[in-house]
Amino acid sequence: MGDKKYTGQDFKVVGTRVKRPDGIDKVTGRARYGADMNAPGQLVSLMLRSPHAHARIIKIDTSKAEKLKGVKAVITAKDLPDLTNGNAGLFDTLENCMARDRALYDGHAVAAVAAIDKTIAKQALKLIKVTYEKLPHVTDVDEALLPGAPAIQPRYAQDGQPVNFMGKAEFGHGDIDKGFAEADVIVERSYKTGQTHQGYIEPHACLASVSPDGTGELWVTTQGHFSYRNTCAQLLGMDIAKLKVTSSEIGGGFGGKTHVWMEPIALALSRKANRPVKMVMSRVEVFKASGPTCSTSMEVKIGAKKDGTIVAARAECRYMGGAFPGIWGTLGGMTAFACYDIPNNKAIGVNVLCNRPKVAAYRAPSAPMMAFGVESTIDQLAKELKINPVELRLKNVAKEGTLAPYGPVWGPIGIEPTLQAVRDHPHMRAKLGKNQGRGVACGFWFNIGGQTCSDLNIGQDGSVNLTVGTVDVGGARASLALIAAEELGISYDHVKVNIGDTSSLGHNDTTEGSRGTFSSGMAAIFAARDAVEILKARAAKMWQIPPEDVTWEDGHAKAVGAEHGNLPPLSLKEIAAKAGNTGGPIAGHHEATADGAGVSFASHIVDVEVDPETGKTQILRYTVVQDAGKAIHPDYVEGQFQGAAAQGIGWALNEEYIYGDDGRLQNAGFLDYRIPVCSDLPSIDTKILEIPNPSHPYGIRGVGETSIVPPLGAIGNAVSNAVGVRMYQVPMSPPRILKALDDAAADEVA
Amino acid sequence: MTGVHVTTTINDDPIEYVCPADESLLDVLRDRLGLMGAKEGCGTGDCGACSITLDDQLVCACLVLGAEAEGRAITTIEGMSDGEKLHPLQDQFINNAALQCGICTPGFLIAAKVLLDREPNPTETEIRYALAGNLCRCTGYDKIVKAVQAAAKDLRKQNKKK
Amino acid sequence: MEVFLSGPLRDAVDGLASIEVEAETIRELITRLTDRYPKLEAHLEDGIAVAIDGTIYRDSWETPIPKNSEIYMLPRIAGG
Repeated sequence: MGDKKYTGQDFKVVGTRVKRPDGIDKVTGRARYGADMNAPGQLVSLMLRSPHAHARIIKIDTSKAEKLKGVKAVITAKDLPDLTNGNAGLFDTLENCMARDRALYDGHAVAAVAAIDKTIAKQALKLIKVTYEKLPHVTDVDEALLPGAPAIQPRYAQDGQPVNFMGKAEFGHGDIDKGFAEADVIVERSYKTGQTHQGYIEPHACLASVSPDGTGELWVTTQGHFSYRNTCAQLLGMDIAKLKVTSSEIGGGFGGKTHVWMEPIALALSRKANRPVKMVMSRVEVFKASGPTCSTSMEVKIGAKKDGTIVAARAECRYMGGAFPGIWGTLGGMTAFACYDIPNNKAIGVNVLCNRPKVAAYRAPSAPMMAFGVESTIDQLAKELKINPVELRLKNVAKEGTLAPYGPVWGPIGIEPTLQAVRDHPHMRAKLGKNQGRGVACGFWFNIGGQTCSDLNIGQDGSVNLTVGTVDVGGARASLALIAAEELGISYDHVKVNIGDTSSLGHNDTTEGSRGTFSSGMAAIFAARDAVEILKARAAKMWQIPPEDVTWEDGHAKAVGAEHGNLPPLSLKEIAAKAGNTGGPIAGHHEATADGAGVSFASHIVDVEVDPETGKTQILRYTVVQDAGKAIHPDYVEGQFQGAAAQGIGWALNEEYIYGDDGRLQNAGFLDYRIPVCSDLPSIDTKILEIPNPSHPYGIRGVGETSIVPPLGAIGNAVSNAVGVRMYQVPMSPPRILKALDDAAADEVA
Repeated sequence: MTGVHVTTTINDDPIEYVCPADESLLDVLRDRLGLMGAKEGCGTGDCGACSITLDDQLVCACLVLGAEAEGRAITTIEGMSDGEKLHPLQDQFINNAALQCGICTPGFLIAAKVLLDREPNPTETEIRYALAGNLCRCTGYDKIVKAVQAAAKDLRKQNKKK
Repeated sequence: MEVFLSGPLRDAVDGLASIEVEAETIRELITRLTDRYPKLEAHLEDGIAVAIDGTIYRDSWETPIPKNSEIYMLPRIAGG
């Protein structure tokens, strides 16, 4: 087991499937999530939200609400001074938390109340009188770029550009005009993708408690409590060190909980009322006023020689970022052609504003959309060239030494191995029946490292506390405990991992970009090695021999050298028991930026059956092959593959934000925003490949995000093979498939 | 609004409370009785995170009024284990990594128990449809189904011995 | 040594795809380039990353740059 090349050791516990340490609390209902904390004297809070997609706020009269008995605080933008110090991004966050002069989307918060109970809070909301002046609105990404479109953020408008154009980012290399001129076959198509939400089952929730002396506490469901602390402290004019943020267990994030949506308001209410304030979003509020991903509209053009060599590729994709600018176009441009070695390629990502909620990251943000266009186009190219779609991809696959579209040259990467594994997988040979089709697609995500801090403290009985600052979104605690146990040479059962609050550790970056296990794992390794040095030195003192004569093996200090050879080894437990006399408590630390994150590639296979009468697509079989670098706990790596694929399937078949002509969100609930349920999906087979990341001591690559990237293209390809229609828009919902079938039939008749 | 006085049984315990007529049973459990295992994911009965049983029937607590619990028997996740002895479903969920964030887990456990109480040897399809009222966004359901199958096997073995 | 610039960063350096500059660490590289091309400051605020021989560094600005390594400057990526 294990790859010796990077660590020179056979792994003893890393790679085994142990029980996760927080399991019992989660299966008994004891685990505490964002809405599961209460404080004495706490108030209930509710937000008043704009019913208009775009409106000037002329006046807000809160006087009657403030006078209602039981109401302890009412907040509008005038209670939130601009303390952002010219930081445009932070000001956008402030304006998104509560509208200042204009409501920018249906559901944008305009006021908030804190009262002694829900009944009174609801009455208070009704007593707040807002005078709006409705403005024209736009919710479609292409319409937002037309002349005459309403300006969503005039302060960001660029000279000579449409008012809602927020910049474009171009990536690639070579000469695409020359490349296309050399192509024997060119396929050029347009595609669209609908807006989706991360769909975490737990709504945003927090408990804020601020004191008149400028100190405060926040209990909150978040992917990054340190980041939330920085943002909230700055917006409220508090010292970072005086705001203690504790992350609750998190009921799903996927990128949507990397950004504050209402927490500064809860803190502001608490400060004004001088009492703890609990704030929980309803599901409608989550859909309307947290951070879904972008909808897009794009063109993709790929050209190849007769033998299947792709010579040129171009993609231009407009990313609808909601009412505030973001980096979505940049991320899309960087990832579009990442899986392939194309000598002349150009990918352009354009950022556009609309009267929709502020977009946040959603698992491999911006990549699934471009991949839908690119993977669909590659399959159409394969058809015209009469080449097998897997072979076409293999022929043009990126390898170690290939120039990535966003610049650097790839080190060892897993895309070719995953495609080979797909080609050779038994799934590819399963028989297909009528109206059934198979599709394959590839995907990529960068993954990141980031600032990480951890403490490893050894108890007097030799049991170990590992405190990390990355929120555990999916079970990483088990992997981190395995890593600490591996390094120390002790049993996994004696390691307890805690997620420290912001006062216990230095800054830790958010759990996003698939960095949790990678970064905190790296920190755990070095904190443990730090502790081992101390343990060896203590053993040396206990034996009264020079420290250079001590090694660490299998959880024990061993004396080396002929003159010490008879000394029986000292266990970690024995050394810990004597710590008081050898220098005090024993601990290891590690503060660093974990750089060198390894990219993760995946290839997926999907079989579908399309019902030509209803347009419904059933997923019959699904296989994920992805490179994990090193799977610390294979169950949880598989879980990430399966969960990401399921989200991609929902995005491909059913999920989208539907806006009315009035600019209001029509399907802000799980009934009509239809995510996959248990009966929609088959078993999702997984195959973990391990092409180690040379920059991590164990070879770990982030794994959480990549597998949401292939499903859109894979399913589009499968539908095409099943019933002969190519879908250019996701979700490929039944009405769209029926229309495509009808159009195809009409074309045949014509 | 005058409160409604309710006397009921929850996890075999005698419980009394007073709540507004329009308060949901979910809010009563979480805000008045300290039983926070049932979660609010949507408030409209679409996600199943608040699954409980009401007189042995699987229901969403957000769709039941606190007042409707009068004289009836309720079970919640807090009643599933027997002291420190976990129910086989709870055990197998952990063994099979059938939870990632865990927010949907209490709801799934209640729904799965209702299934296995009525059908000790369900097919995979029966399991998937019985659990279709519970949303999970993390796992893709694969390991949840495997955990239910494993627990069903444990329970059949247990019951054979009886 | 030659430093390649990726995507939107090229706008800040008059459209050039690569620039000659000497530097021993990432920090020195960034300082020298922003001295020469002040427009790069704005991109610094948005966030940049530097890839040395394919490994991406987002934060570790003390990282030494070995001679003859291949350097790319890219936008700073995140995730979800």
